Amino acid sequence: MSPRPGFVLDVDRSTPPTLMWHGEGFRLERLPAGSRIVYPAEPFEPIEDPDFAIRQAVENPMGDSAPLSALLRAGMKLTIAFDDVSLPLPPMRAPDIRQRVIEAVLDQAATAGVDDVVLIAALALHRRMTESELRHALGDRIYDAFAPHGLLQQHDAEDPANLIHLGLTDQGEDVEINKRAATSDLLVYVNINLVAMDGGHKSVATGLASYKSLRHHHNVHTMQHSRSFMDQRHSELHSSNWRMGRLIAASGVKVFQIETTVNNDPFPEQFSFLAKREWEWSLRDRAAFLAVSASLNRTPERIKRNIFNSMRSPMGLTSVQAGEVEAVHAATTEQVLREQLIPVEGQADVLTMGLPYICPYNVNSVMNPILVMCLGLGYFFNMYRNKPLVREGGVVIMSHPTPWAFDPVFHPSYIDFFDQVLSDTTDPKEIETRYEESFATDPWYIHLYRTGHAYHGVHPFYMWYWGAHALAHLGRVIIVGGDSAAVHRLGFKSASTLSDALEMARDVVGPHPSITHLHNPPMIMAEVT
Amino acid sequence: MSGLSDKLSDALADRLGDRLSDRLPRLRVPRRPSRFPWAPANWPTAIPMPPPESRTGSDYETDWARRYGVRVARAAVLDGVIRPLVHGIIPPVVEGTDRLDGVKGPVIFAANHSSHLDTPLLLSVLPRRFRHHMVVAGAADYFFDTRLKGAIFAFSLAAIPIERTKVSRRFLDLAAELLDAGWSILIYPEGGRSTDGWGQTFSAGAGYLSVRTGVPLVPIHVAGTVKALPKGTGRLRPGPTAVSLGSPITPGPGDDSRQVAQRLEASVAALADEFRTDWWQARRRAAAGLSPSLSGPDVSPWRRSWARPPATNRNRRATSSPGAGSDTPWSRR
Repeated sequence: MSPRPGFVLDVDRSTPPTLMWHGEGFRLERLPAGSRIVYPAEPFEPIEDPDFAIRQAVENPMGDSAPLSALLRAGMKLTIAFDDVSLPLPPMRAPDIRQRVIEAVLDQAATAGVDDVVLIAALALHRRMTESELRHALGDRIYDAFAPHGLLQQHDAEDPANLIHLGLTDQGEDVEINKRAATSDLLVYVNINLVAMDGGHKSVATGLASYKSLRHHHNVHTMQHSRSFMDQRHSELHSSNWRMGRLIAASGVKVFQIETTVNNDPFPEQFSFLAKREWEWSLRDRAAFLAVSASLNRTPERIKRNIFNSMRSPMGLTSVQAGEVEAVHAATTEQVLREQLIPVEGQADVLTMGLPYICPYNVNSVMNPILVMCLGLGYFFNMYRNKPLVREGGVVIMSHPTPWAFDPVFHPSYIDFFDQVLSDTTDPKEIETRYEESFATDPWYIHLYRTGHAYHGVHPFYMWYWGAHALAHLGRVIIVGGDSAAVHRLGFKSASTLSDALEMARDVVGPHPSITHLHNPPMIMAEVT
Repeated sequence: MSGLSDKLSDALADRLGDRLSDRLPRLRVPRRPSRFPWAPANWPTAIPMPPPESRTGSDYETDWARRYGVRVARAAVLDGVIRPLVHGIIPPVVEGTDRLDGVKGPVIFAANHSSHLDTPLLLSVLPRRFRHHMVVAGAADYFFDTRLKGAIFAFSLAAIPIERTKVSRRFLDLAAELLDAGWSILIYPEGGRSTDGWGQTFSAGAGYLSVRTGVPLVPIHVAGTVKALPKGTGRLRPGPTAVSLGSPITPGPGDDSRQVAQRLEASVAALADEFRTDWWQARRRAAAGLSPSLSGPDVSPWRRSWARPPATNRNRRATSSPGAGSDTPWSRR
């Protein structure tokens, strides 16, 4: 049976309470009659034989690219770059799709007699991956064959010796990327596309770039002019990356892009109720919900986090395409939207959403308040085409515990950003002007980024910019069940219950607001007309 | 709800006075939990309700009955209970197990069918390498019409549901999947038990399955069970039975399912003939296309009953099968 598409449910008195994520837990909330709930589509069936599909894709490339086997020859310099730990979410069950694809590429490279092969994790300004994360993404075979010889590298955006400036785009944007990748005879990029923003030229132009290059599109202006950055047609972020990608290609860097899409099936069997419509919960689902909820209520935060961080998603490969970047990415985006896009009529006064425990930047760690803002106002708010789900001047209500907690190893600059910057101002433009430079060039943050597992000093700024469009668009942001002090530091309002939050929202949007609830994850992209 | 308990307590205080009411325990009416998720959620009125999912008949799921633990339990019941009962009540003579020598993989056993005893009989006498890794196609409308019956037959006989009137895609997909996984299948191509002891026309289902999967068909002729427990009666009459296994039929590249089904029916007819006469006579008649029909003469019911062949062949050496069920070939005369 083909998967059922996503849809919009009109809430009436018969509608059961709705599941909302709440960090490392969830709530059942009853929305007022007249509200709408946007439900995701059921996951597509995965490809039965992914290895065969991968071999077919690399031998039947898209665009003007030759098959991979024809591009490989003895004596050449081959670099394989791949997406880092921020994808997919949650991490997928082994074998990770990157392992499958890279093993297929390496098989062909071995057949062609290619000796000079280097693998690079395309981190951009993200933290370096740990050994276990690399082993999970690539598998032990690859890790043990390359890492001991220094041939498995992690991109270092602060290593001047291993960066190369390829020039300026016609908009004056610096294009500076990883030297090894740029000077290879062939750069194979292995990507995982979870949402419409991923992949394409962004893979190389962002993933392998330096701060000097990234700052041209990771800024407040770009974010406020990306409506939304999930919609390539209206994304300034996308346009900037495309300009850079074309310059990279024009500079002679030969990129063979391999993009994959995975189905919208994020939760393992024991948590399958999280992806089901409430009225279709079986006895087992209800029992699982009650048991899990009761257990989580009695579990310390740290253990809860460990439980969720150990979750591995059963998502399966739904498409793989390879070849020339733009042709490949057009097919990839089409596939992603086919599964995630849901038509929604009209904007609402209030948009509600439950935020889960994970976003791209806190894999295996706590979601700090800045990342809460980024996930809600950066990612979920921007999951639209045409216009936002909530009207200008409207209210977003997010459910998340928003603890005043940071991971000092992964997010050291976030701590200072929260203490020093947000206590002063929450205005993205002002933050960018007054503070970004000092954090971005701070030698201690750079040292931690290069040698430890810390996000770059400028990264919390980017997270804040990620929500800049929403901050400019909204009249108020309310967090339900959050740490009041942390929520106030973010510049938002705090509410104990959803009813309280809706009451507070009425002060902004009027006494009879229209309400839309985004029932994700699994991922939803709203086509708002 | 707590408001109700407060009102009750206040009313009591008015009646009895504050001092007395203070000595009484406060009335507590337990708070009723909201129904969902303790009970199923309401189906939203905006969502059309799909027809209820059938979990009986051909939709009955039997995966659980093939898990390792269940298989072990079934093997214990089969070898420890059913097999001794079969050998004690309807002692079988088994012929032709040598024809399965060298057949390693899964096969489709196809037998004539005249009694509920056929399945326990066959499960008792087929070689061990097959019978403990075999499913039985059972009529969906009879064996799986309730979940309890489905569970009993799925456990005891490793039954899987098959529709009698048509070759359903669900059954074929499941059967093909099981054959692929190494399971053999026992199927009754007549679609149901004989009503008068004569056979019925074979449907093409077994042939189709064989053509589709390339798995050989093994024809089986069963005799004697119709006398022990005929259709329509619940009274068991102990007596001898006989099982003859034929040579596997492997579909050729150009064979269609109907041709294979006809070959199967002819093979079972030849086995029936062999059972009543001897191998050489039966072979000669089969080669000439003159094997007696399984379905008997097309005459009035009483004459069909009159003409029905004996349930067992008393002229032959009625030897119980010491090697039956083992891989030791049965020595033919």
